[in-house]
Amino acid sequence: MNRAIADALAAAPERGVQEDVMVLNMGPSHPAMHGTVRMVLTLDGETVIKCDPEIGYLHRGFEKQCENATWSQVFPYTDRLNYCSPLLNNFGYALAVEKMLGIKATDRCNYIRTILGEMARLADHFTSLGAGALELGAMSAFLYAVEARDHIWDLVEEVTGARLTVSFARIGGLKEDLPANFAERWEATEPRLWDVIKKLDQLSTKNRIFMDRMMNTGVIGADEAVSLGFTGPVLRSTGVAYDIRKDSPYFAYDRVDFEVPVGTNGDNFDRYLVRLEEMKQSISIIRQCLKGLPGGPLNVDDPHIMLPPKELVYNSIEGMINHFKLIFEGIQVPAGEVYSYTEAANGELGFYIVSNGTGKPYKLRVRPPCFYFMGGIDRMIEGGMLSDIIPTFDTINMIGGEVDR
Amino acid sequence: MSRAALDSLVAAFPQHILETTDRLGDEVAIVAPAGLLEIATWLRDTPAMAFNMLSDVTAVDYLARNPRFEVVYQLYSVSKKHRLRLRVPVGAETPSVPSVTGVWLSANWAEREVWDMYGIRFEGHPDLRRVLMYEEFEGHPLRKDYPMQQSQPRMDLRRKERDAVEEYKTLYVDKLAQARKAEP
Amino acid sequence: MGVDIGVPGVVASRLETAVNWARKFSLFQYPFVTACCGMEYMAVACARYDVSRFGAEIPRFSPRQADLLWVVGTVNHKLAPHLARIHAQISDPKWVISFGVCASTGGFYDNYATVQGIDKIIPVDVYIPGCPPRPEQVLDALMMLQDKIQREKWDGPRAASDVAPAIAAVPA
Ligand code: SF4
Repeated sequence: MNRAIADALAAAPERGVQEDVMVLNMGPSHPAMHGTVRMVLTLDGETVIKCDPEIGYLHRGFEKQCENATWSQVFPYTDRLNYCSPLLNNFGYALAVEKMLGIKATDRCNYIRTILGEMARLADHFTSLGAGALELGAMSAFLYAVEARDHIWDLVEEVTGARLTVSFARIGGLKEDLPANFAERWEATEPRLWDVIKKLDQLSTKNRIFMDRMMNTGVIGADEAVSLGFTGPVLRSTGVAYDIRKDSPYFAYDRVDFEVPVGTNGDNFDRYLVRLEEMKQSISIIRQCLKGLPGGPLNVDDPHIMLPPKELVYNSIEGMINHFKLIFEGIQVPAGEVYSYTEAANGELGFYIVSNGTGKPYKLRVRPPCFYFMGGIDRMIEGGMLSDIIPTFDTINMIGGEVDR
Repeated sequence: MSRAALDSLVAAFPQHILETTDRLGDEVAIVAPAGLLEIATWLRDTPAMAFNMLSDVTAVDYLARNPRFEVVYQLYSVSKKHRLRLRVPVGAETPSVPSVTGVWLSANWAEREVWDMYGIRFEGHPDLRRVLMYEEFEGHPLRKDYPMQQSQPRMDLRRKERDAVEEYKTLYVDKLAQARKAEP
Repeated sequence: MGVDIGVPGVVASRLETAVNWARKFSLFQYPFVTACCGMEYMAVACARYDVSRFGAEIPRFSPRQADLLWVVGTVNHKLAPHLARIHAQISDPKWVISFGVCASTGGFYDNYATVQGIDKIIPVDVYIPGCPPRPEQVLDALMMLQDKIQREKWDGPRAASDVAPAIAAVPA
């Protein structure tokens, strides 16, 4: 629909008040373009006639860099793809390599991955909703959301040792088990998160200004969204219940009970509501996983993949050689290609991997969900007002590290 | 699960399908470039296929192989919940494949990125520009013969990048090479 | 910062010291946020770590209203001219903090795309290592900068390169 208005405006011979269209450059360093994106807008008054997004201001050569790293050295780079939820990227990549190796992570590992992954999703949604509210002028919602994110990060730090860039996953397992008191710590954190979710809800959902700016802006239809390759909350807001956690379950998602919230209008407000509801589902998933957390080993038992325990490395020659080989030559992944996909916070995060049978990936392609949002954002913006760009940009939650890689 | 889809694809276009595999549960069809557009339209429009989402387009550079490149399409059907991968071999001189922008909208940016990174042209693409790199950039960085550290600054830098590396090179590597040459 | 000269409510000081003191506690920041470090920058700016306790409260998104440029995250060659331009638009006196290893040295991205440290483009006052640095480290860097501002001399034009850059300590 937006397209139609834009086309009509562009074609109209007489343009009302303003005779001339104006070209406006937004970004690459603009407070509302979180991350670094540039938009060249053609405006008729305040109506956007044409929008040409330009990305690449955060291109860091992810793929080239990974082709020169061993399979395990790729983990830190994946952290920095979607830096709002590094754990999810870690696990997505680990799953891809495991698929290639033909191994399955242990039960316990799968559960822990689910727990940590959902925590990362929570943090991501908090960031996205908070920053979104901030850019619409709601400073307090932002402060609460960042505080909630810090609560999650505290927990993440206790488990992984780092706040943000964790590199916690390993091929075939995890770096470490959960700390002994994790369940109690979660019990203590959960009410705080609920508290913030409730506050966000109270501050935004029924807020007149917020509603006016979010409703019926940045609309996208279901068919168009599918064709544009949209996934995640943005696609679900249009009513398409595509969630990889449900459609092709991995980790422990087939053993927990959760709903996939969908919207109806495909506008900014629906995307906001979908995210808000997803956070509640995430908390429930974590609770279920903690309750059903199985015992048993954490990592796969395969010396070709997992590093030997440190006592063996320091005290036996076999252990040391094993360690040396794995670190210097890397895990030997059989030749072939694989496409593995997981549901990251923003949608389908795919890894297309080609191996030539050595310790380094021959090709490592990430399918970033945000890249496709940016490819289709002009359809959501054109025909709308200039100010609608801000909420639209917020609710697709564009992350520079992922779009530009 | 999508074995059935692959089989019916082969049955419908035996002349264009060069090979199929289904290793590790990923169904793959290797398609001749000439048949790509026809196959893509058929895959999207046949009700039993209904591949309405093109999740990703990328390319692989097999430097030593002939044909050198391969363009890879990941397809997904939201309604049927099955996946399929198409691989299209492309030669090294003036690499080009037909564009599928008319079939799936997501191909627009994805193909731009492949052009940017690998220098593969997409015939019929409405707007084939670089997307990640800047216009002044020469070459295509993800090709295997593009050196990883070969940067092309857009502005004058105040200091040299990687001076330590160059120092090492002039101090040790070049000197060593000279010394080797001097040896009888 | 001054000498008590016996008149109630009045201290004597050098103009330099007084103005430097005023400057160091009214830093208007321009966050040039590009990447993952921005997540930590958010944490620093928000309630828990609260950078405003140190006299650097309000982010200004116009270089013309700012005097402290935070370069937060990776800068690549595509973005480099924009950073240089923003730096040029900030009026003197201005200071630059390089936040994270990417901004300081290029970090672990050593390839065709990234600039190997923003000091190849603009002068830097304080470098903060870390990927990303912890908020405590960032606050430390801010205090270092304030120290540096207090020590600034006014004879002759100030060039940031004259003042040796500082490096925020890595916590043990
Ligand atoms: S220093 Fe690390 S966290 Fe900061 S931008 Fe660079 S990669 Fe990201």
